[in-house]
Amino acid sequence: MTRASLALATDHYVSAHRAFARNGTAASPEWLRELRAEGIGLFAEGGFPSSDLEEWRFTSVEPIAATAFTLAREPRGGTRPTGGDVAGLLLAGADRPRLVFVNGRFDPTLSRADGLPDGVVACSLAGALTRAPESVREHLGASRVQSRSAFAALNTAFLRDGAFVRVRSGVVLEEPLQILHLSVPGIEPLVSHPRTLVVVDRLARVAVLEVFAAAGDGVYWTNAVTELVVGEGARADIYRVQRDSEMAYHVASTHVRQGRDSEASLHSAAFGASLARHDISAVLEGEGARCLLNGLYLGRGGQHVDHHTLIDHAQPHCESREHFNGMLDGEAHGVFNGRIVVREGAQRTDSRQTNNNLLLSERARADSQPQLEIHADDVKCTHGAAVGPLDERALFYLRSRGIGDQEARAMLTYGFGADILSRMGVPRLREQLDGMLRQRVLGRVESRPAA
Amino acid sequence: MLEIRGLHAAVQGVEILRGVDLTVRRGEVHAVMGPNGSGKSTLAGVLAGHPSYTVTGGTATFEGRDLLGMAAEERAREGVFLAFQYPIEIRGITNAYFLRSALNAIRKHRGLEELDPIDFIALLEQKAKVVELDESLMNRPVNDGFSGGEKKRNEILQMAVLEPKLAILDETDSGLDIDALRVVSSAVNKLRRPDNAMLVVTHYQRLLNYVTPDFVHVLADGRIVKSGGKELALELEARGYDWLRAEPAD
Repeated sequence: MTRASLALATDHYVSAHRAFARNGTAASPEWLRELRAEGIGLFAEGGFPSSDLEEWRFTSVEPIAATAFTLAREPRGGTRPTGGDVAGLLLAGADRPRLVFVNGRFDPTLSRADGLPDGVVACSLAGALTRAPESVREHLGASRVQSRSAFAALNTAFLRDGAFVRVRSGVVLEEPLQILHLSVPGIEPLVSHPRTLVVVDRLARVAVLEVFAAAGDGVYWTNAVTELVVGEGARADIYRVQRDSEMAYHVASTHVRQGRDSEASLHSAAFGASLARHDISAVLEGEGARCLLNGLYLGRGGQHVDHHTLIDHAQPHCESREHFNGMLDGEAHGVFNGRIVVREGAQRTDSRQTNNNLLLSERARADSQPQLEIHADDVKCTHGAAVGPLDERALFYLRSRGIGDQEARAMLTYGFGADILSRMGVPRLREQLDGMLRQRVLGRVESRPAA
Repeated sequence: MLEIRGLHAAVQGVEILRGVDLTVRRGEVHAVMGPNGSGKSTLAGVLAGHPSYTVTGGTATFEGRDLLGMAAEERAREGVFLAFQYPIEIRGITNAYFLRSALNAIRKHRGLEELDPIDFIALLEQKAKVVELDESLMNRPVNDGFSGGEKKRNEILQMAVLEPKLAILDETDSGLDIDALRVVSSAVNKLRRPDNAMLVVTHYQRLLNYVTPDFVHVLADGRIVKSGGKELALELEARGYDWLRAEPAD
């Protein structure tokens, strides 16, 4: 795409934002209107990122920029999803509390928030912004996620709905609260900008499961942002399953801020979308914070899946662990960039990162870039990255025990993904993901002639 | 059971085995000793079907069948087992799942019914006692995070479960402290039966203090240069390997 056509693509959203600001959202509090204005300002200034930018070297957003997406509305009549459509996507259990969003808007009839303990608020962000805007104001956009990426800026510009979760001091919610983002593709390509805010107060604990999925096939674009604030001594476990349509585009930012002695984990499984980009950042703002990023991405056909992660050790005595495995088949392209920053004075930082990419076909490709920036001297930081086919030594080991070549290959491929799933703490979810992984791996083996 | 005649094998174009002759009969334990680089591990790898080695001459038959023509998994199903010098770590697959898949592949080949998980766990618990391996290791990924001794004991556990006709132990004693060596060799001795055989490949004599061989062979420069009884191992311990190299092999 030329610079001029990229600029045109940007203009499309700037004018869409003008209409958005006039219709319906004009009644918002001033601070929120200002936040949105800042978002569209940042987006207009930078526009769609070009591949000249280091952050976008391996990922072209051209397919997104070249499509004129319309802001999604709730589907009408026959295309409205039903409880039956939703049940199979509630990976932590259909009987568990959930907030369901259809095309970015809260659907109260499909949602169920009863059974939550006192001290847990789980509602739509739109609802919270209407009823108690001050409860949201302090944290929304406070991570400055909008200035980190053009897409997060665009999400902020169109900020309207999504999930709001707040867990009061000392309250524990161990079973995951489910947030389901369901897209119903329309005749014209639709974009939704779901925004989620999770605030975990001091010594509280929460588990959240975010699922992105589609009801029906078609081109659509999900442009999501999730902000998570984990207070002193608090713990948050976030599970994220991206199984959007393989015709869809999925762009997302997840930003975590952690207080002193807090613990956060983000487990991610990315299966879907033709183009998926997920920026994850965790800022360890208090001493003794611990963070785990644990992700699996699977690509096949022409899928492109990109993860950019940043762990910012801003304070001493923090620990971070990061494990991302990518499994790439067909002509899929995986990208991983893992940046670890250790700030001046962040002594006794303990950080480990691994990124392994399994190439299952000759034409699959993976780019892996660890990036360590260390400004303190008493730290322990290790990283390892690998890209390649199945380990021949492991294959021989299995075969030398009587396991046939094909079965051995399937086992190793499965194990490569199961390694990531084994770190996930919710058995019901783990089993569901395990089933999805097995289906992918075994489906692949069965569709191939014997070697 | 195993007949090796004039076996030549190369790795990346370099000939390592240069005419090995060896006969192993049912109920026998043979030790193959030799200096570093003599071809001991190559011999073990070639017999198990390791893809890095190319057989360039000679024959090997197992129970009358051409061993070298079989794929690695076929050899295992026919009853050949290799205990690895460096066991491989496999993430994401539990030890129990791995072993059950292996056992069932072998049982299926022998026309036996596959074991379900419950029957298999009962069998595994019983075998784990023989090698004194903690049961918690069964639900951990294969060899992942195992200590050196645990890895070697895990190899012997696999041997106990799969009940091979011919077990090849490739430097199973290397890297073991004296306690672990005692556990491993006692397990190996328990698995010794009149209807199976073992080929124990080792650099040092100390394993043979516990696992008494019927025959000892010295491999040097890709050939067996001397064969004898268990007393040969003691002689090697005392004199080293150099005196054998000085003697012409033929």
